[in-house]
Amino acid sequence: MHLKVGNIFIKDLQFGPQTEVKNQTLFVNKDELTKLLLADEHLASVELEIAHPGESVRIMPVKDVIEPRVKPEQEGGIFPGMASKMFTAGSGLTHVLKGVSVVTTGKIVGYQEGIIDMSGPGAELCPFSKLHNLVVVAQPVTGITPYQHEAALRLMGLKAANYLGEAARKITPDETISYELLPLHAYHENYPDLPKVAYVYMLQSQGLLHDTYFYGVDVKNMVPTLMHPTEVMDGAIVSGNCVSACDKNTTYHHLNNPVVHDLLARHGKDLCFVGCVVTNENVTLLDKQRSSDLTAKLVEFLGVDGVIITEEGFGNPDTDLMMNCTKIEGKGIKTVLITDEYAGQDGTSQSLADGSPLANAIVSGGNANALITLPAMEKVIGNVDPVEVIAGGFKGSRSTDDSITVELQAIIGATNELGFNKLTAREY
Amino acid sequence: METKRIVVYLNQFFGQIGGEEEANTPPQSFDKPVGPGMGLQQLLPKNCTIVGTIVCGDGYFNENLEEASATVQKMLDNFKPHVVVAGPAFNAGRYGMACGTVGKIAHEMGIPAVSGMYPENPGVESYRQYLYIVETGNSAASMRTALPSMAKLAGKLANHESIGTPAEEGYLSRGIRRNIFVEKRGSERAIEMLLKKLNNEGFDTEYPIPHFDRVEPAQALTDLSKVTVALVTSGGIVPKGNPDRIEASSASHYGKYSIKDLTSLSSDSFETAHGGYDPVYANQAPDRVVPVDALRALEKEGKIGQLFPYYYSTVGNGTSVANAKSFAAEIAQELVSEGVQAVILTST
Repeated sequence: MHLKVGNIFIKDLQFGPQTEVKNQTLFVNKDELTKLLLADEHLASVELEIAHPGESVRIMPVKDVIEPRVKPEQEGGIFPGMASKMFTAGSGLTHVLKGVSVVTTGKIVGYQEGIIDMSGPGAELCPFSKLHNLVVVAQPVTGITPYQHEAALRLMGLKAANYLGEAARKITPDETISYELLPLHAYHENYPDLPKVAYVYMLQSQGLLHDTYFYGVDVKNMVPTLMHPTEVMDGAIVSGNCVSACDKNTTYHHLNNPVVHDLLARHGKDLCFVGCVVTNENVTLLDKQRSSDLTAKLVEFLGVDGVIITEEGFGNPDTDLMMNCTKIEGKGIKTVLITDEYAGQDGTSQSLADGSPLANAIVSGGNANALITLPAMEKVIGNVDPVEVIAGGFKGSRSTDDSITVELQAIIGATNELGFNKLTAREY
Repeated sequence: METKRIVVYLNQFFGQIGGEEEANTPPQSFDKPVGPGMGLQQLLPKNCTIVGTIVCGDGYFNENLEEASATVQKMLDNFKPHVVVAGPAFNAGRYGMACGTVGKIAHEMGIPAVSGMYPENPGVESYRQYLYIVETGNSAASMRTALPSMAKLAGKLANHESIGTPAEEGYLSRGIRRNIFVEKRGSERAIEMLLKKLNNEGFDTEYPIPHFDRVEPAQALTDLSKVTVALVTSGGIVPKGNPDRIEASSASHYGKYSIKDLTSLSSDSFETAHGGYDPVYANQAPDRVVPVDALRALEKEGKIGQLFPYYYSTVGNGTSVANAKSFAAEIAQELVSEGVQAVILTST
């Protein structure tokens, strides 16, 4: 089985009479897309804006970021079981519009947080500042529940991304990367001399705005399961969470999971990447025990020598991270963990809420409590008024010149725990 | 280059006043380098001049901490140094504590400070976050290796040059986590670390897990019928509108709210400020997080003596352990002094 990923590099994003890719520019028919998204009865209004890298633009709050993709050999969009009909993701052909994304904003449920600055110091910390972003600003109708509201915004983003992805269907990619997928025994037979490695992929599942979906299934109702690495590239995993934005995985992160990509890049060279175990981060102790027991069992079943474990979020999930680590190490399988830190604004506090002597190999995505001042931007898409009450904000966050001082926590993706960034923390 | 002013702090011995018999000498100041300061001056960058030396007996400093600190602060105020160099103290405990305190005083005045100590000197653990402490041997025999590192760091600090990691500069870790950008993204670093671990090669974790405090639960109380019970939560339940502006994450403070005469927490008057969990159920019925209704029922039944008329609330989400510890210490002290004998802690 193979997945071929065809990347189409996009250099510009503009509105135009027809949604299409021409001369490396993605044109978007504003009316057509607006109408499509407004068909959802839960949405009262939808407006589209464009934000380019380097512009004096702040987007806040950010619900999700999604990369447009399409499967040219089949009808419909990606995100099977959620925004399209069910199919098994991760094989065949996938076309990707690189350099653009859909960013969803507007009134979101509960706290209005997550910042993307398209220029200035905040842009250095956020991967989405480097993309041409189609920003969808949506307001919900009144009288719906917070759960309906969240679902409507989530599906709206996926729908918009699938709509843009259609423009890539007939385009010849600028580069094509091919991934081979084998039955489990073949990994062991074909690469007898290489260390066998798996990836334990922890997903937020703590409730409203802290949920993640696997083929449309809310992962808090899922037991740990196996996944081919390429399944993420067709949208098997969708984000439903965005609060405490710095270390939440947007759908864009899942589609481009760096652990998956970098393990695949080295597969057959200095390691053999056998597959992924997808697990959750539920809030009760019984759930944590069940998920970590079954995760360790699946890792052992894969017959690997080592795993990389990535966390999503902080605090409560630190416990899941340590339970996964100790149970897998307990089976004689080596672990490396990717997390971020909450070491206080001055960096002197203990960084994690839980720990184990077995967690002796940790990669850090940086201290999320560190402060940054973001200068005022000429244009705001969304609303910065709630800055003092968002995670990472505090009384006095907004100064009279409209610059804002926040913890890195407030910047979406700043301390990502999939290892997406080059930011880290060291002890001084 | 602008001339930078350096002040050196020494104990009675290195300050050439005398041995243990002079340990009770109060702080004195000299407007020139003394003892190891002479050697240090030779090693400092050309634009750095030792303009003063403060000498104090180790016994005096530790036994008269407040007075000694106040005097040292006044002397530093007069010298107006760009950098303070204290010691090196090697493994001398009282000297190390004095050097650390001087570093803390300087830190609070906005002046960077450098010292040198043996890693086991108690001054390291107590003061490392306030100043740079160069690692030395356990006796003055290592003066020759200590001074160049201290001079180099002092020079860099005076000239506002960036300071490298403990390993690069030779100082003992200050326990401060600082963000930096590195060449490779996290996923790549994780794979390289895993391969080293699998090959039994050495690797450096990016976050060494510290020793965790594990608190043994206290013995259960057998009879609560005469006991005052208090409610304390990290679930962020606050009066509607969050009057104390407790942060949704990284709380810098906690609130104390009256529940006198309340039989439950109504959704009209209370809500959660917590940004880290699904707030819908907590906002529908705040008793789910702070169970005033259940405690009132127990009070009526005589199962508990009484419910303490206030509850304490903060937000656990992303709140540093250091902040949480300080809230807990204050709350506990207040509860004890009010005669509360049992607390129900609710988390979320």
